[in-house]
Amino acid sequence: MESAKETLTNPIFKNNPIALQILGICSALAVTSSMQVTLVMCVALTTVVAFSNLGVSLIRNHIPGSIRIIVQMIIIASLVIVVDQILKAYAYAISKQLSVFVGLIITNCIVMGRAEAFAMKNPPLPSFIDGVGNGLGYSVVLIAVAFFRELFGTGKLMGYEILPVVTEGGWYVPNGLLLLPPSAFFLIGGFIWVLRSFDKKQVEDADFKMAKHTVAREGV
Amino acid sequence: MSSNDSIKKTLIVAFSLCIVCSVVVSTAAVVLKPAQQANQALDKKRNILAAAGMLDENSSVEEQFAKMTTRVVDLRTGKYTDEVDPASYNERKAAKESDMSQALSADEDIAKIFRREHYAVVYLAEAADGGVEKIILPIRGYGLWGTLYGYIALEGDASTVAGIGFYEHKETPGLGGEVDNPRWKASWTGKQVYDDGDLQIEVMKGTVDPSAPNAEYKIDGLAGATLTTRGVSNLVQFWLGENGFEPFLDNLKSGEA
Repeated sequence: MESAKETLTNPIFKNNPIALQILGICSALAVTSSMQVTLVMCVALTTVVAFSNLGVSLIRNHIPGSIRIIVQMIIIASLVIVVDQILKAYAYAISKQLSVFVGLIITNCIVMGRAEAFAMKNPPLPSFIDGVGNGLGYSVVLIAVAFFRELFGTGKLMGYEILPVVTEGGWYVPNGLLLLPPSAFFLIGGFIWVLRSFDKKQVEDADFKMAKHTVAREGV
Repeated sequence: MSSNDSIKKTLIVAFSLCIVCSVVVSTAAVVLKPAQQANQALDKKRNILAAAGMLDENSSVEEQFAKMTTRVVDLRTGKYTDEVDPASYNERKAAKESDMSQALSADEDIAKIFRREHYAVVYLAEAADGGVEKIILPIRGYGLWGTLYGYIALEGDASTVAGIGFYEHKETPGLGGEVDNPRWKASWTGKQVYDDGDLQIEVMKGTVDPSAPNAEYKIDGLAGATLTTRGVSNLVQFWLGENGFEPFLDNLKSGEA
């Protein structure tokens, strides 16, 4: 049994849901073009993972095996609707920008994955901590991606100008590709590369070995 | 654990979970509704100001909006009316009720809205001398995927476009969704709607040649979004045409509204 601290910190770098488990990539591509939106998305996702883990864990001994996925979905979906309602009430502009992606937290693999893999087998408190940890792991990657995308894509951070862009009389020519979703793939790839060069344990064994190159000889 | 899988237990768990979750969701919805409605109302006001190019992000939207005059226009006569209260009047609801709206025939209905309400809420910005400086009119019509809702603002002469903006639409992001592009919206400013009383404004396919004789009535189409472009063109023509606000604008000019 790992300690509470490990449950919280392991998912951040050692067992990162995006970088190691490659879960939740879709929203990582979609909402990372500006820091502000990303931060709200991270808070929303962390809240949902933590509380869905707590909820699932509380009733884990009563969930019938035959409908367990549906039960998890109901808990997750209700939480997502509540979060969406709160955003609409208190952060209207950002909730407009996030639009469907808050709703899509329901289908985010991290939430379902943690409910099924951890909360179904562990007591409420560790489950809650695991949820927060995984939410933070997701947030670390998203914030890193959003940092590069917003800074080099628009020359701004959190909407404040850092690199004065050419169109507004500065010197920086923004990289338009970074504002498009595919750029997040490159950045997440880079993140995984850096992470795995520091922590070699995360490197998976190769599925196959290349055979040695042989030169076909002419018929003797 | 096996008792968990009995039919009775399964039904009890499913049923009670549904009740608990629905109570949580509906409580959140009911408690937060006032705040959400306030946000929507504020957003609408911001859109009205933005369409007129009068939005100043640094001061309160409420304060800026308070300077505007809200009036109700009877679209059948083109005159102001006090029949309905602008604060509670809902155009979308009225357009569905038979006593509050009228059906449009196929050739009248170029904006594909099927029914036009009798009353419309318009917003006026008044100049210091008491004259009308800007007229902001609600517009809507069908694009490619759904109805676009927005506002068009005219200068005090009731023919020069001051700005346009859509606050709700379902067009494809990057193609038809470019109706939100500030640069495209800016290209409307200064265009003329009427040529000696004739409706001339049009969003054309492709780009406008500025040296063409009628360039002041034409707006660039959106590249890759022919149907959205056509939809926007039609809805602007409808709402500024004889079934829309043209009678009202004529009255306004002659001072009979």
